[in-house]
Amino acid sequence: MKSATILNKAIKEMPVNSFKCEFPAKSLNESFARIIVSAFVNQLDPTIAELSDIKTSVSEAVTNSIVHAYRETDIKKAQNVYLSGEYYSDGKIVITVKDKGCGIPNIKEAMQPLYTTLPSDERSGMGFTIIASFSDKLKVSSAPNKGTTVRFEKRIGNT
Amino acid sequence: MYVTYERSRGALSASLHGEIDHHSVQSVREDIDKTILQERPDEFKLELSDISFMDSSGLGLVMGRYRTVTGIGGTMSVVNPSANVLKILNMAGMDKLIKIEATERKSKR
Ligand SMILES: Nc1ncnc2c1ncn2[C@@H]1O[C@H](COP(=O)(O)OP(=O)(O)O)[C@@H](O)[C@H]1O
Ligand SMILES: [Mg+2]
Repeated sequence: MKSATILNKAIKEMPVNSFKCEFPAKSLNESFARIIVSAFVNQLDPTIAELSDIKTSVSEAVTNSIVHAYRETDIKKAQNVYLSGEYYSDGKIVITVKDKGCGIPNIKEAMQPLYTTLPSDERSGMGFTIIASFSDKLKVSSAPNKGTTVRFEKRIGNT
Repeated sequence: MYVTYERSRGALSASLHGEIDHHSVQSVREDIDKTILQERPDEFKLELSDISFMDSSGLGLVMGRYRTVTGIGGTMSVVNPSANVLKILNMAGMDKLIKIEATERKSKR
């Protein structure tokens, strides 16, 4: 048992399937991102509720990159969102949403329910709270003017 | 997403159709506010049975219309949200502020 655990840790498991894509940070790509992830996750035959949780989480993260990340950049730099996904033999799905925008100065504060820097735009400040609640694991990393990476995991088919 | 309206006895009902996200709310937000301010209903109902997807942008949409309606002295309710939509509304505590009701639907079963 103990040696098996060590072995599992030593060899990083390869995903069964994976994808990577990038698209401009335009709001019409919010639904595009959901469709890509739905098609990918559907290979695992998720329940309606599981698929809905993942679609919502993707939508939150991608929308944040579109709404917040590039809001103050005036440099003629490519404003893209980088979306990737992996799933593993145990049904674990990992989705990563990345941008090269302004970054989040205080991640802990940003992840508080109802915290938003754009209340005027009818943002609710519930995006991170929703991802955290709809996934098994959420990791946000960010550096000022470098960008933000949101990575979440959800294992489906927990029977 | 698009919106259709129904009126009955002082009540205005706006039904949303499609998916609610940050992109799609932009097209209906103003239209709904304009209709509310023109018709000044006592009661405003937001009908969500035909919404197949909603993320946190829907919370902003609901809260914003709540402000518009209460601003002219009306009341608001959210009608027939799906299980997924309800989960998000409740997570933000909307159910404590706005009446959420399920009505008999002309279901196909
Ligand atoms: N990709 C990002 N780039 C820069 N700032 C971000 C990003 N994602 C989130 N934020 C910051 O975190 C805050 C909280 O995000 P969220 O919980 O999704 O609420 P909302 O999007 O409604 O503001 C945002 O208001 C914004 O200030
Ligand atoms: Mg957000």
